[in-house]
Amino acid sequence: MGQAFARMKFGFLALMAAVLTVAAPQMALAQDAAEAVAAPTEAAEAAPEASDYTPMAPTEGKGMPTSFEDDPLKSMTFQDQYTADGAYALAMHDWLLMPVITVISLFVLGLLIYVGLKFNRKSNPVPSKTTHNTLIEVIWTIVPVIILVVIAVPSITLLARQYETPPADAITIKAVGYQWYWGYEYPDHDVEVISNMLDEDEAAASGEYHQLAVDNRMVVPVGVPLRLQTTAADVIHAFAVPSLWFKQDAVPGRLNERMLVIEEPGVYYGQCSELCGALHGFMPIAVEAVPMEQFEAWVASQGGTMPTAEEVAEADVDAEPADEAVAEADAEPAA
Amino acid sequence: MATTAEGFDAPTAGHGGDHDHADHKPGFFARWFMSTNHKDIGTLYLIFAIIAGIIGGAISGIMRMELMEPGIQYLFWWAGASEGDIAAAGHMWNVFITAHGLIMVFFMVMPAMIGGFGNWFVPLMIGAPDMAFPRMNNISFWLTVVGFLSLLFSMFVPGSANGLGAGVGWTVYAPLSTTYAPGPSVDFAIFSLHLAGAGSILGATNFITTIFNMRAPGMTLHKMPLFVWSVLVTAFLLLLALPVLAAAITMLLTDRNFGTTFFDPAGGGDPVLYQHLFWFFGHPEVYIMILPGFGMVSQIVATFSRKPVFGYLAMAYAMVAIGVVGFVVWAHHMYTVGLDVNTKMYFTAATMVIAVPTGVKIFSWIATMWGGSIEFKSPMIWALGFIFLFTVGGVTGVVLANGGIDDNLHDTYYVVAHFHYVLSMGAVFSLFAGFYYWFPKMSGRMHSELLSHLHFWVFFIGVNVIFFPQHFLGMNGMPRRYPDFPEQFAFWNQVSSIGYMIMAASMLIFFANLAYAYIWGRKAENNPWGEGATTLEWTLTSPPPFHQFETLPVIEDHHDYHDHRPATA
Repeated sequence: MGQAFARMKFGFLALMAAVLTVAAPQMALAQDAAEAVAAPTEAAEAAPEASDYTPMAPTEGKGMPTSFEDDPLKSMTFQDQYTADGAYALAMHDWLLMPVITVISLFVLGLLIYVGLKFNRKSNPVPSKTTHNTLIEVIWTIVPVIILVVIAVPSITLLARQYETPPADAITIKAVGYQWYWGYEYPDHDVEVISNMLDEDEAAASGEYHQLAVDNRMVVPVGVPLRLQTTAADVIHAFAVPSLWFKQDAVPGRLNERMLVIEEPGVYYGQCSELCGALHGFMPIAVEAVPMEQFEAWVASQGGTMPTAEEVAEADVDAEPADEAVAEADAEPAA
Repeated sequence: MATTAEGFDAPTAGHGGDHDHADHKPGFFARWFMSTNHKDIGTLYLIFAIIAGIIGGAISGIMRMELMEPGIQYLFWWAGASEGDIAAAGHMWNVFITAHGLIMVFFMVMPAMIGGFGNWFVPLMIGAPDMAFPRMNNISFWLTVVGFLSLLFSMFVPGSANGLGAGVGWTVYAPLSTTYAPGPSVDFAIFSLHLAGAGSILGATNFITTIFNMRAPGMTLHKMPLFVWSVLVTAFLLLLALPVLAAAITMLLTDRNFGTTFFDPAGGGDPVLYQHLFWFFGHPEVYIMILPGFGMVSQIVATFSRKPVFGYLAMAYAMVAIGVVGFVVWAHHMYTVGLDVNTKMYFTAATMVIAVPTGVKIFSWIATMWGGSIEFKSPMIWALGFIFLFTVGGVTGVVLANGGIDDNLHDTYYVVAHFHYVLSMGAVFSLFAGFYYWFPKMSGRMHSELLSHLHFWVFFIGVNVIFFPQHFLGMNGMPRRYPDFPEQFAFWNQVSSIGYMIMAASMLIFFANLAYAYIWGRKAENNPWGEGATTLEWTLTSPPPFHQFETLPVIEDHHDYHDHRPATA
């Protein structure tokens, strides 16, 4: 912190960097990409020392579970979503799946109550002998099929969206699961952080929730495509952030990859979601999405550098058009 | 005709000289430890399943007690570790969840459904004197017992660096179960599955042979009671799925002990291969656990509605369809491992297909009751509870089937809630339904209807209070297999733990009911359930003679799939 205060005089440089970033089109796609990234890079070169990055304070109730005491209804459903795919999936759940399963359950319950009242021994002492009715049998086969087809359409669409290939200039982050902490590698920026859970006192001191708070968060720029790769060094872990509708196993010997675009700045918490041994419950995940200039400041504070325009262009050329969304390429053997 | 009808009852006391021959029972040790009698072996299986259920249920009690509030309260004590040794506590937790899962699946539900009710009632319902291979039947049971002992033993030998026992989950995923669990406990757990699996494979061949070859004259496949159909389909699932599990865990064993690297990337193996093999077994396994329940519910609903099952053929072939489709949906347990997009789309679509035959069954049960003359005896209310709760568990399965939706729900409490609705409520409700349905037949004593109804309502409330809030926890993001949680999850966890206490109280009522039946229960008639009970077991005395159907019953042309009673009855 003291360092940061000493560097306040360079604040205006950081401000310029911010202006440049905002001016650049946010959707850093295709040809624009090189320029968009190049612009802040120049500024960053001038002002790496100017970083006044400070960890973002989490917003209560955002990117984390909700307690019953705070909001009974929110404690009973999904966390608010901060990715486009997450919003799509949540809408599909809330407006299609949930109504359908509620109606089906109540329909079956209603039928059970009805036959219980109407066809009990007292009301109906002589049972009918009906054992077949082709029409009704066809109906209760076809109607569920139709319902399932209606569900399948958005479901398949959702899968296709989730597997979109990240653009060549997406920022690569490799989350590596260890027993029992996470490592985040930024190969484009020469940054690597190790992320451990804060204990109860430390979490309280930082104003965060125990079992969600970590010492070093995975800091990422907001609004741009991230190429999030997961792998593990020992056993299988799973990188999961409920408010981003994101869960991907970290499997030793494999490199899983998925695009992630976070729409709002914020701190988003998650927890390891594949049984990984004794401290499985104690290796949380905290993703901090910040504006690009903050991200650059963070990279600088970690001793890293932003990739140059040439490097970005190179990545563009290297990218194969038919790149599968999930690379099952050999990861380097677990270290 | 008339002689055949009388012959339905094996010669009993009334037949004087035949008495010794028909009802001669061996001495205690020979009868219970060297048994070749399907009914005795069925009884052994049921007693074994009840004991295993008590142990498995007690472990879940420890788990719910720990989850009652945030923080770790009791696990240090259970682990024998110092206060604050989170790793030891966490390992202890993993040992508990592993033991709970394996015990309930392999040593409670399966032995009760197939070993217990299957053994008891398949021969009775098809009019056979016993199982096809009576001695193999005995081996199946004792292999299961030894398997259980091996599993219990595994909890007391070194597991990982953090303590005793196998803390790897019932799925035993590599490499957590290989390189990272060096102690012998995982070997014992694997050995336990080998033994139980071998017992089940032998049992499955026994059932298939019995059902195909020993049906009473005239009982065609399409006249078989649906419970027999359900056991037949289940036996095929066992026969096809268990060898794959055996292969997978044998590979684990050689990876652990003999330097192979099937699942170790450092040697060219792949941890995901294990998951494919495990779930190729594991998904049919969930149908193995529920199909005999479907069969029992079909019998019970028909009996107490005094109506033949609606759409018999559709009911039978729906089970076949569920069994077949159950083999091609396994990767929906692995949506987040990094499947490619086409694979995930296929498994999403295939998984949803299962809802169709399941829906046929649900609606056919309701249609069976429709127009019936329903009597709400103890088996019937459990069957009704089954139909509703299985529906609730089924529809959350449709939610989870969507690979894209599952990205958020995978490995959360939503999944825990889902599979407990279909198992802890589906399978267990059908077990209690079957138990109350056949208890008078098996024991010759009537249980208390009042206590049975009380048991039902308290159990019903208890399990719903346990598991319904777990949907909320899962949607809100709580991962499964966690001994501790952020404070936001405290409320619903507390509710869930209170539900456990209600459920536990209901089990006391169950055991009180058993005690009542054996002490004060009145003698059961041959058929205590009235004219709706029309399958062959009700033509015998309660309990049936030690050897029944020495003169085979004959199913005549006028008999349909429903009514197998002799014409004179």
